[in-house]
Amino acid sequence: MIAAFYAAAAVAVLSTLLMVTRPSVVHALLYLIVSLLGTAVMFLALGAPFLAALEVIIYAGAVMVLFVFVVMMLNLGPSSSHADWLSPRAWAGPALLAAVLGIELLWILASAGPPSEGVRAIAPARVAESLFGTYLIAVELGSMLLAAGILGAYHLGRRETGRARR
Amino acid sequence: MSYALAHALIAIGVLIAILSVAAGLIWVERRVLALYQDRLGPNRVGPFGLLQVLADVVKIMTKEDWIPPFADRTVFVVAPAIVMVTTLLAFAVVPFAPGLEVVRLDVGLLFFLATSSLGVYSVVLAGWSSDSKYSLLGGLRASAQMLSYEVFMGLSLMGVVMQAGSFDLVEIVEAQRRLWFCVPQFLGLVVFLIAGIAETRRLPFDLPEADSELIAGYHSEYSGMKFGMFFVGEYVGITLISAMLVTLFFGGWLGPLLPGVAWFAIKVLAFVGVFILLRAALPRPRYDQLMSFGWKVMLPLALANLVATAAVVLWIRG
Repeated sequence: MIAAFYAAAAVAVLSTLLMVTRPSVVHALLYLIVSLLGTAVMFLALGAPFLAALEVIIYAGAVMVLFVFVVMMLNLGPSSSHADWLSPRAWAGPALLAAVLGIELLWILASAGPPSEGVRAIAPARVAESLFGTYLIAVELGSMLLAAGILGAYHLGRRETGRARR
Repeated sequence: MSYALAHALIAIGVLIAILSVAAGLIWVERRVLALYQDRLGPNRVGPFGLLQVLADVVKIMTKEDWIPPFADRTVFVVAPAIVMVTTLLAFAVVPFAPGLEVVRLDVGLLFFLATSSLGVYSVVLAGWSSDSKYSLLGGLRASAQMLSYEVFMGLSLMGVVMQAGSFDLVEIVEAQRRLWFCVPQFLGLVVFLIAGIAETRRLPFDLPEADSELIAGYHSEYSGMKFGMFFVGEYVGITLISAMLVTLFFGGWLGPLLPGVAWFAIKVLAFVGVFILLRAALPRPRYDQLMSFGWKVMLPLALANLVATAAVVLWIRG
């Protein structure tokens, strides 16, 4: 299981790197999908099949389709890349911040012990118990945030012309 | 025989069975459609035209496999493979009979939903990579249609999950020993059937293809075996949705006298027949009708079914 975890993690990291460096938007999105699938396999190897399935259904299967939908609607071809954005000045700041995060992550990994070998699968019912028991308030807050997002999208997408014509 | 070897053999058997059923369905559909339309259909090659599929395979294999010079080559080649991989992968969790499944998962139903949600990419990427306006329109339609119908496809199945108390497909079948879920979950069945037709992009929901307005929609630019993959993939998809209908609502392998596999096959083929009849019987709606029907009728129905089932299940368990 640990070998599967590291293999999936390697795929996820590699495809994320490729995602960032591809000039074509659709190719980048495809690598992002592969990266999400790799993350799902990581969850599976860690004994969370429910989370793995949700990762594929929601992120790889729904959110990314919307991304591809928007790219297609704008009809972005390979010519629409912005290579001139990639000047040293543009990426120096983000790279510095990412380096800080990377050092932090390495420090945490080094201070924590090796991962435990005993992996056992968590049943869906157990996930539900902790979501709607222990973390009920967080779930409700999350759903409120989503409701606010939907209302905001509705407000932005509403056509004002209908009222003006009347 | 060890567990791994037995299941590897089952996997190969399932693969062969599904692909031959899908190929056979092409012949069945052409003959049955012809019957409905009062004509003969392919009846020249072999007895009853049975070898027509074989002739078609030879033709499609020897045809020029052309990739348009303006297409995005890699994505263009990968797209038809995705449809086959995702739909065949979903068959891994289908229980054909007690003990006769490739793998038994705790989250089997979610695995099916996950693989079917990935199937969208095949159509969308085919439409995008072809770089022609008809393909792009087909791909756009497919992405919005399949994403919308996927939402309540999942929701309509949650009633079944609540009644069975599990995502495991074997346990869902076992929970139907006394009463098939098509009775208490009738609403869920209707919603799932409609969503299933939309997911397989069959008439009346074949707007991504829409040959009367978009030539052939997302696969306009495809030829040879790459087109063949989309074509066979459609029939594999029909078989998959029928198999899921049978597993979730019509008691899977359960039935008197005959062995489980036989009952499963009979039920699946009956639903495949329904799919073919629908193609002959129903006209294609407009695209805005399709979308508003999905969001304004099907989604509220699926939610109402969910709430009602939850209330009843809670009440019975006290």
